Amino acid sequence: MPMVRLLEVDDLHVEFTTDSGIVRAVDGVSYGVDLGETLAIVGESGCGKSVSALSIMGLLSSAGRVRSGQVLFNGTNLLKLSNSEMRQVRGKQISMVFQEPMTSLNPLLTVGRQLSEILELHMGMNGRQAKARVIELLELVEITDAERRFSQYPHHLSGGMRQRVMLALALSCQPKVVIADEPTTALDVTIQAQILELMKNLTLEFGMALIIITHNLGVVARYADSVNIMYAGRVVEGGTAEQVYIDPRHPYTRGLMNSVPRPDQARTAKLQPIEGQPPDLSNLPGGCSFRPRCPFAIERCSADIPPLVDAGDGHSSACWVSDQLPPVSSHSC
Amino acid sequence: MQAQAEGTGGAGADGGEDVLLDVRGLKMYFPVTAGALFPKTVGHIKAIDDVSFFVKRGETLGLVGESGCGKTTTGRAILQFFKPTGGQVVFEGRDLTTIHAEEMRKMRERMQIVFQDPYSSLNPRMTAGQIIGEPMVVHRSVASKAERQERVAELFNVVGLNPSMGNRFPHEFSGGQRQRIGIARALALNPSFIVCDEPVSALDVSIQAQVINLFEELQEEFNLTYLFIAHDLSVVRHIADRIAVMYLGHIVEIAPSEELYANPLHPYTQALLSAVPIPDPRIEATRKRMLVKGEIPSPLNPPIGCVFHPRCPLMTEECRAAMPGLREVTPGHWAACIKV
Repeated sequence: MPMVRLLEVDDLHVEFTTDSGIVRAVDGVSYGVDLGETLAIVGESGCGKSVSALSIMGLLSSAGRVRSGQVLFNGTNLLKLSNSEMRQVRGKQISMVFQEPMTSLNPLLTVGRQLSEILELHMGMNGRQAKARVIELLELVEITDAERRFSQYPHHLSGGMRQRVMLALALSCQPKVVIADEPTTALDVTIQAQILELMKNLTLEFGMALIIITHNLGVVARYADSVNIMYAGRVVEGGTAEQVYIDPRHPYTRGLMNSVPRPDQARTAKLQPIEGQPPDLSNLPGGCSFRPRCPFAIERCSADIPPLVDAGDGHSSACWVSDQLPPVSSHSC
Repeated sequence: MQAQAEGTGGAGADGGEDVLLDVRGLKMYFPVTAGALFPKTVGHIKAIDDVSFFVKRGETLGLVGESGCGKTTTGRAILQFFKPTGGQVVFEGRDLTTIHAEEMRKMRERMQIVFQDPYSSLNPRMTAGQIIGEPMVVHRSVASKAERQERVAELFNVVGLNPSMGNRFPHEFSGGQRQRIGIARALALNPSFIVCDEPVSALDVSIQAQVINLFEELQEEFNLTYLFIAHDLSVVRHIADRIAVMYLGHIVEIAPSEELYANPLHPYTQALLSAVPIPDPRIEATRKRMLVKGEIPSPLNPPIGCVFHPRCPLMTEECRAAMPGLREVTPGHWAACIKV
């Protein structure tokens, strides 16, 4: 049932040239989102979750290169667009909220200037129209005293406020897709809840698609409709949030679920960590990348890379033994 | 117990139990200065203001709160990294705020710290073996180099590292391994008390669990007492026996862990717990959320009265009058709120 989705990443391969050789940061990743949907991409540092998002936006650093694959937005392959064509998409059709609100705003420009710039550029507004719209936007993201904030600089604002400004920036042209890369990792818990709630409500209100990149399994459970779990540059499991949380079919997903302490459960036993270290991407083991840390590995795992297979209900996993995993006790996960 | 009678922060030790650390009315004010040539003190940041709690031998007290609430300062003031503005820190029966520097040096063998950032807390120019052996050199706790090397190798094993890695430099280790080196260094002098200052927050999820388990194993093996500082309420629930919640320099609630999660009394604790998402979509779908409005005020200019009142959903006029002290609401469960 291949439908055309709003944004579709198809078999994306991204490489980085480093001193220690070629690093395949993203190695055959596919996913898609539709309007009104929230997709979470989950994984630990270095798994390729941010790189896949940056390639959608055409923002890879010069060491990075998309080797193959396509990024289809409304049927157009974004990777084939010229720089100036891409500039029409970036910020206007697809926008991004970065992790670090401290460093992703320009410290030399006022909040108002940064926001009006994008409106003048993409929406053809004049200064006065832009200012009125900026104040509307600041109020939309629940910044109090928007008139005064308009002429302040980023360093006048707290971390939570800066992230609200980033969100206003991302929403300013009413894009179709918002990609949020660890949007609340740098923030305190109560502020994190405020920002995520706001982001979810606004994307629902405007009917956008939201891609949240995170390592926080709690955030995913609260806000995402569907989830992709990534490990060493590949998607190892995907499905609706319920499918992935209730019946995880990849040993890595299970390991992740078992290794996080839960705020709603008493300490019953020791945590069950995933043994070993995340792999070195420039020196991946043959076969399945998770094999050295996997308690269920069989011989075949060291020879062949397991493909991502859909079980028929939209729940896919990339593991040779996913059918033979023991049932999940509701207690351990 | 004079300090307790004077202070507003109640939850002191009641004497009968085996209390290792008793903090009474601790205050740490940092001066704010103006003027480049002749700086004048124009105000104070009250990083911690009248904080009292105790830690029993062998237990883990979790200290939670958001950035700027004073939790790290509390840990450092206990270890006398700086001289507290007021209050007492009674460790193994001695008040650390009044003893001589030379005596304090001896006490430091008994109390150690593990830092948050495994990258900046290890000297990049020393090998892992030198880092772990340094406390023994400084405190002359071993007689010979051979004895030290033996002890370093032993410590490597204790924290789950291979002693053959002793000649490597910090950059050759992963984040989780570096945190193990930091833990081995803290253990080098056989302390009884360790301040763990956000020791797992810089680590990836799968590595976090390994290090948390290590802390628990070491506690059992060496009968350690921890002050475990963290902002992650899931981690704290897992590791702590009792939990103190801090907000803007004050402890607003202290209770045994299970009691705190089952029955949070202070509105701030309630908001904090509600803000933490639970990794289960079925539970999240039906969960009520209590969003606290606004942001944490600046400690330079804290609100008059209860420090939480500008954000508090239960706020009334009386809350503007004074910061309420900790009150024992049910046995062992203390809260600083006039509404409970």
